[in-house]
Amino acid sequence: MKITLFIPCFVNTCFPKAGIGMVEVFERLGHTVDYREEIVCCGQPAFNSGYWDEARPVAARALKQLEDAEVVVSASGSCGAMLKVFYPQLFEGRPEESAARSLAARCFEFSDFLVNQLRVTDVGARFPAKVTFHDGCHGLRELGVKSQPRQLLEKVAGLELVEMKEAESCCGFGGTFAAKFPMISTAMGEVKCASAVETGADFIVSNDSSCLMQIQGLLDRQGRALRTLHLAEVLASR
Amino acid sequence: MSAPVKQFREDATRVAADEEHRRNISTALGKYYVARARQVGIYQNWQGARQAAAEIKWEAVNHLDRHLAEFAEKLEARGGKVHWANNSAEAREAILAICREKKARCIVKSKAMTGEEIHLNAALEKEGYEIAESDLGEYIVQLRREAPYHFVFPAMHLTRGEIKELFDREVGDVPSDTPEDLTMVARRVMRRKYCEADIGISGANFAIAETGMISITENEGNARLTTAIPRVHIAVMGIEKVLPRLEDLALFLPLLGTSGAGQALTGYNSMIGGPRQPGECDGPEEFHVVLIDNHRTRLLADPEQRDALHCIRCGACLNVCPIFKNIGGHSYGTTYQGPIGSVITPHLRGLQDWKHLSGASSLCGACTQICPVKIDIHHHLLHNRRNAAKQKPLWWEKLAFRISGALFQRPEFFAFLTRLGRLAQKLHPLVKGSVLDPARAWTNTRELPEIAPRSFNDYWREHQSKHQ
Amino acid sequence: MSGKEQILARIREALRNPAPIPGHHGDGRHTGDESEKGGHADHAAGCGEHASHASGGFSQWLPPVGSDLESQLELFAKNSADLRTEFHRLSDLTELPARLCELARESRWQRVATHGGKLTGPAASALGLPTLHTDGGYAVEELERCDVGITECEALVAQTGSVLITARSAGGRALSVLPPHHVVVATRAQMVPDLPAAYALLRRNYGTDFPSFMSFITGPSRTGDIERILVLGAHGPKRLTVFCG
Repeated sequence: MKITLFIPCFVNTCFPKAGIGMVEVFERLGHTVDYREEIVCCGQPAFNSGYWDEARPVAARALKQLEDAEVVVSASGSCGAMLKVFYPQLFEGRPEESAARSLAARCFEFSDFLVNQLRVTDVGARFPAKVTFHDGCHGLRELGVKSQPRQLLEKVAGLELVEMKEAESCCGFGGTFAAKFPMISTAMGEVKCASAVETGADFIVSNDSSCLMQIQGLLDRQGRALRTLHLAEVLASR
Repeated sequence: MSAPVKQFREDATRVAADEEHRRNISTALGKYYVARARQVGIYQNWQGARQAAAEIKWEAVNHLDRHLAEFAEKLEARGGKVHWANNSAEAREAILAICREKKARCIVKSKAMTGEEIHLNAALEKEGYEIAESDLGEYIVQLRREAPYHFVFPAMHLTRGEIKELFDREVGDVPSDTPEDLTMVARRVMRRKYCEADIGISGANFAIAETGMISITENEGNARLTTAIPRVHIAVMGIEKVLPRLEDLALFLPLLGTSGAGQALTGYNSMIGGPRQPGECDGPEEFHVVLIDNHRTRLLADPEQRDALHCIRCGACLNVCPIFKNIGGHSYGTTYQGPIGSVITPHLRGLQDWKHLSGASSLCGACTQICPVKIDIHHHLLHNRRNAAKQKPLWWEKLAFRISGALFQRPEFFAFLTRLGRLAQKLHPLVKGSVLDPARAWTNTRELPEIAPRSFNDYWREHQSKHQ
Repeated sequence: MSGKEQILARIREALRNPAPIPGHHGDGRHTGDESEKGGHADHAAGCGEHASHASGGFSQWLPPVGSDLESQLELFAKNSADLRTEFHRLSDLTELPARLCELARESRWQRVATHGGKLTGPAASALGLPTLHTDGGYAVEELERCDVGITECEALVAQTGSVLITARSAGGRALSVLPPHHVVVATRAQMVPDLPAAYALLRRNYGTDFPSFMSFITGPSRTGDIERILVLGAHGPKRLTVFCG
C-alpha cells in the first residue's frame, strides 16, 4: 500500500524522530511511504482560535495536496482530527466540502491504521523499558483511539506497560490555549506529570507530539529523568 | 481588558497555583468518579440511554412553544398560576409582587440556579424579607456571602474546619467539626424556618408538558419541606426545562441521579402538579411557577448550539473538566460554571464580554463524552470562538493568522524560518524568562523544545535520494 | 403583548431554523466511549424509531430487573441495604402490629403521626401511643413534635429501592418528610420492577386526576455537601423503615 504521511509543522521541526519512526515501521511492514513537503500546516491554530476564514486557505492547500493520496496517516492525533473531523465542518457548504469528506474517509491516526486497517499488532519492535501511555485528547475522543496503542505496545519485546491514573486527562497543551492561559495549562500539565511519575515508568509514550512537547517541557523544568517518546519511535526500535 | 476577563485571569491564576485547594477538589471528585463508574456499569446500555435522552430533549426543545403552552394550560387548570418573565427584572418583580401581596416576612428557599441567575436573594433582602437557604451547601455559602462553587455541590471547596469556624461565628452551638455534627446544626436551624415561613421558593429540574407538573430532584428533603409546609409555593424555572411526557422521567430521573452524584436515583424526586387539591390534607394554598427566558431564546435561535438548552444541570461536565478542577468554580465569575457554563454564558450575558470562558479550554472533549444528553459541549466552545472572531476579530490576531497562513503556503519560506529558528534558539537563553522573551508565556513554567538539527524534510530528501 | 405572548413569539421565531437530532451528526466520527462499559452499541436507540416513547422502551437501557416477584424483593432488599433503608419482609401483615411495637420500643417513640389508611390505621392504634392523624388537616407544630410518620405507599420500586408515595395515599405532603423517622407499610402486591412500571401504575390508579404531589423516596434523607462525605438525616427523615407483607 502507498501510505501518505501527514507530518505536522512542529513534528517536522522539533520532533522529526516521530515521523522517521513511522516511515521505518511502514517500510518494515513492506509498504511504500509517500510524503508531500508542500504541506506545511493543517490550519488548526487559526481554526481553534476561531479564525476560520484565515484557516481555510491553509487547509485548502493541504486538501489539494492530499487529493490523490490512497491513505493518509498522521503523526499526531490533533492534526489527524483536524483532517478527519474538522475539515468537513470548515468547508461545509463550500466547493471543497466533498473533497474534505473524501479525505476524512481516507484519513487515519497512526496506531488505529496499524491495528484496524493493516491488521497488524506485532511490528517486530524491541524496547526493554517500563513505559506508561498518555492518551492524547483528540485521538481519544475525536478519533476513538484507546486500545490500539496498547495492543501495539503489548507486542513490543521487553516492554512493560503500566497505566497511570490520569491517562485520559488532558495534558493542558490545547494548542494556542497553552500560550493564552499558561497558568491553567501548566496546572493541568503538572497533574499529568505527577501521575506519570507515580507509575515509576522510564518513559511516557503518546500518539501526539504536541502533548509530549508540553509534558517534556514541564518535566525538564522539574529536572525529572522521565523522558517522553512518540509511539512511532518505540515501534521503530529494534 | 474587560472586567470579567480581568477577574477570570486573576482568580484562575491564583487557584491554579494553590496546590492544596486543587488537591481538596480532586479528592472530593475522586469519590464521584468511583460512584459514577460503578452505577454506569449497572446499566444495561448507558449509551442507549444517552441517545434516547438526547432525542427526547431534542423533541422537547424543538417544539418548545407547544410544550410550554400545554404545561401552562394543564397547571392552570389545577389552580396553579404561571408567570412568564422575559428577563431577570420581570422575574424578580413577579416574585416580589407575590411576597408583597401575601405580606410575607419569612421566606424559605430550596436550591434554584435560576434564582442565582436572576439575583433573587439580593432583591428580596433589599426589600426587607428574610430569606433562608435550606440546602446545606447553599446555606453554607449564603452565610459566607459567596456564590455557589459548583451548581450541584455549592460548598465542595470548603473543609469541615472552615465550615465549623463559619458556624461558630454565625450560628453558635456547634459540638464538633464532623460532617454529621455540622449537618445537624443546619438541620436544627432550618426546621424552624420551614414551619415559620410564609412562602417557599424552589427551583425545578423538569417541567412536564403533558400533565402540567414540575419535578424536583434532591437528596436532603429540604425542597419537599419547602414545598409542603408554607402556604405559598413559588417555583422559578428556565423555559427550556420541559419534557413532553410524564413517563419521560423514568429515563431522566436515573440519568440525573447517576450523572450528578453516581446514585441509582437521587433521594427525593417529587412531582408537583398544583396547589393543594380538594381532599388533600396539606400543601400550599397557592402554587406559582415563574418561567424565565432571560436570553434563552437567543440560544434557541442558534440551531448549531440549540442543544445546549437540553442541559439537565447534572454537573457531570464540571466534574470531569480539567479546567474546572484546576481553577475552581468561583473563577468563572458567573452563575453557571464549567464547560456548559462556558458555552451558554456568552449567549445569556453577551458574547464579547464572556467569550473568554469559551477560550479558556483545551477542547479535550471529556465534557461531551460524559454528558448524559449528548450535548456537543466542547465543539460549541469552538463555535463561540468562531462567532466571536467573526463578530469582532482582534486585529493583531487576525493579521498574525493571515500572515502565518500565507507563510504556510510557501514551504521554502517555512524551511527558511526553521533555519532562522535554530539560530534564534542559540540566542534565546539571553532573554529567557525576562520581559524580552517572546516565548515568556511558555518559558515561565516550561522548557522549550529544541529545533532538531535535521528536520523531517531534511531526512525525507536523504531518504528519497537513497531509494532512487 | 403579554409576557406569555412575547416569549412564545420569540420561541416560534427562533425555531424556524431546524436543529439536527443529537448523536446523528459527524459521519465517520467515532463516538468512541471505550471507557464506559455498561453496554455496547452507540446507535442502539433505533435511529428514527422513537422506541423510547413507549416507556417500556426505557427498561432496555436501565439496570436490569428480574421479572418474578421473588427476585424483585431480593433486589429491593439489596438496594435498601446500600441506601441504609431498613427493609423488613413479613410473612404476612398480621405480623405488623407486633413488629411495629418492637420498633416503637427500640426507637423510643413517644408521639406518632399517621393517616387513616387500611394498613396504617389499625397498626398505629395497636401502638397505644398519642397519635396525630393528618387526614382532614392538622397543625404543623403538632406534626413537628411527632417522632415518626407512618404511611402507606403507592408502590415499591425494585430497580432503585424506592418508595412511591402521593399526597393522597400517604397522608399528605409532610407526614412522610417532617418527622425524623418515616415508616412505610406496603403489601407484596405493591412491588413493581422499575420506574416505567411505576409510572404505568400511577396512570392506572389516577387516570388524569393526579394528586398534587407525588414522590419517589430512595432511602433516608442524605447529603454529601461537606467534603462529599455521606451524612444521613440532613433535613428529611434520618431513618426510613419499610415493612412489606
